[in-house]
Amino acid sequence: MADLLIVSGLTVELPTTAGWVKPVNQVSLRIAAGESLGLVGESGSGKTMLSLAVMGLLPPGARVSGEIALRNGQAETNNLTGLSEQQWRRVRGRQIAMIFQEPMTSLNPVMRIGAQIEEAILAHEPKVERQELQRRLFTAMQHAAVLEAETRAQQFPHQLSGGLRQRAMIAMALAPQPKLLIADEPTTALDVTVQKQILDLLDRLRRELNLALLFITHDLGVVAKVADRVAVMYAGRIVEQGPAQKVLEAPQHPYTRGLLAASPRLERAALTPIPGTVPRAAELPPGCAFAPRCSYRRRECDQAVPALRFREPDHGARCVLV
Amino acid sequence: MSMNEAQSTSTKALPANHGEVAPAATGCLLEVRNLRKSFARASGPFANEGKADWFVAVDNVSFQVQAGETFAIVGESGCGKTTLARLILRLIEPDQGEVLFDGRDLLALSHNELRAQRRQMQMIFQDPFASLNPRMRVGDIVAEPLAIHEAHFAAVERIRRAGAMLRRVGLDESALNRYPHEFSGGQRQRIGMARALILHPKLVVADEPVSALDVSVGAQVLLLLQELQRELQLTYLFISHSLPVVAQLANHIAVMRRGELIESGPAVQILQAPTQGYTQELLAAVPEVPRPAQM
Repeated sequence: MADLLIVSGLTVELPTTAGWVKPVNQVSLRIAAGESLGLVGESGSGKTMLSLAVMGLLPPGARVSGEIALRNGQAETNNLTGLSEQQWRRVRGRQIAMIFQEPMTSLNPVMRIGAQIEEAILAHEPKVERQELQRRLFTAMQHAAVLEAETRAQQFPHQLSGGLRQRAMIAMALAPQPKLLIADEPTTALDVTVQKQILDLLDRLRRELNLALLFITHDLGVVAKVADRVAVMYAGRIVEQGPAQKVLEAPQHPYTRGLLAASPRLERAALTPIPGTVPRAAELPPGCAFAPRCSYRRRECDQAVPALRFREPDHGARCVLV
Repeated sequence: MSMNEAQSTSTKALPANHGEVAPAATGCLLEVRNLRKSFARASGPFANEGKADWFVAVDNVSFQVQAGETFAIVGESGCGKTTLARLILRLIEPDQGEVLFDGRDLLALSHNELRAQRRQMQMIFQDPFASLNPRMRVGDIVAEPLAIHEAHFAAVERIRRAGAMLRRVGLDESALNRYPHEFSGGQRQRIGMARALILHPKLVVADEPVSALDVSVGAQVLLLLQELQRELQLTYLFISHSLPVVAQLANHIAVMRRGELIESGPAVQILQAPTQGYTQELLAAVPEVPRPAQM
């Protein structure tokens, strides 16, 4: 299947008191229509900054290099990094939509749910007729599996449960019919039973609507459930990527292995934590950023950042051991 | 649920190679009987107290915690698990029920007696950013319980003990003179643990101690909790929404829903052969992390 989003050599630099830091460093990834890519990383890995770059929502002062290409129509692709704010408005929300961890902070507390979803449609098609607007509103709510849509449309965010709020956010994101949905930890604040419903919903939507999904999470169990392919991020770089099953069942990078060994499962087994903490963006070593925490560390690890090496054509890791 | 059902005989049921800490002491340390707490749903300046509709947050909860074990209370948000913890520490007053700690009814104690008793029961909080005073040095934060309960100690002695406790939880003594913002989430959680343990309490109530932490760091904290339990003969009341986290530590698991304990038993039994539909549903909803072949 043709790739919908192609990110190549993307670097984001931000000014800090300690100088320029690179929360996203030489990142390349691709997502096809209808495909789900799981982006895994801990706090400070750069996964959220990467998604903001794809949405054109980087903080002021950020420097961006590399390319973010979005396939627009049959063959045409656009490099998004050079867009003006006015051009971004035709892409953001319209072609790429995003949902967040805490739906309450993303919804307007003094506006009815229905009106907020309509607003998302009107932002891109201000001339759409009343009847068509209504139809689109209820289609979006139906896609997001919001039951009793007519009642919910009249309610305010505080009247909905956490799960319903996230469904309302999904309806709002889907209303302008985007091709790519970025979901940044969409279930982290939800209970497990509700999480399962939202994950099932997202999985169904991408099949039914041929929606590409960039799913950001720190939870390897969630990734195993939703992702076709997985990219693992550490200190701004992708350190491993490949098909979900290969990455999770035959991990190549010591960090991926470490995360799997540190994740609690329902059966009790000795957890093996990764020693130390994620390095700060301003204090990265010259070589592999994971080396100080790695039990396989060798002299060459500290000399240069290892290249992404592929043992199989679709599964690679940034590690000298590969 | 009746008290008999809630009684813990967890350690016998767990296989010896299961990795759990065997209770060092025996006997019941904490017993909760028919505890109940309700809140008025309407609140704020315009609420009419007379008309308020009451919401029962904790409903007739009874259980026993044996000395040296880890007793976990699991439930989804809003089930009443944090209210239950606060009732047990008597941070809020129940409508009815009894809390027996070491055989003494906490609810019958006077203010001064309760204060003396509280040194035996300490708490570790979920949010390591909100639970440490940003304007206090780490040494003063960790030594503060000593200043309250062991006021006869000289300041030098308090700081010496704080330093020793910080070392014990895996931090450097140089932390004493630094401020909380200089530390990562995992390190702050260790500072919170040092503060909770400096009085050598018998019971530690841990309310979601790892849910705000990254996976790799959360595992460090869970292992440290296990080590400290063994070393200091601690009893844990472990409150969490996460069954996989609870599965690592608990001898006994009680499942809470809408204020009630709906199922309670040895950890293996709850995890492997739950009898209640809700417990089965909770277990089935957990997205399982795959186990790599060569690990």
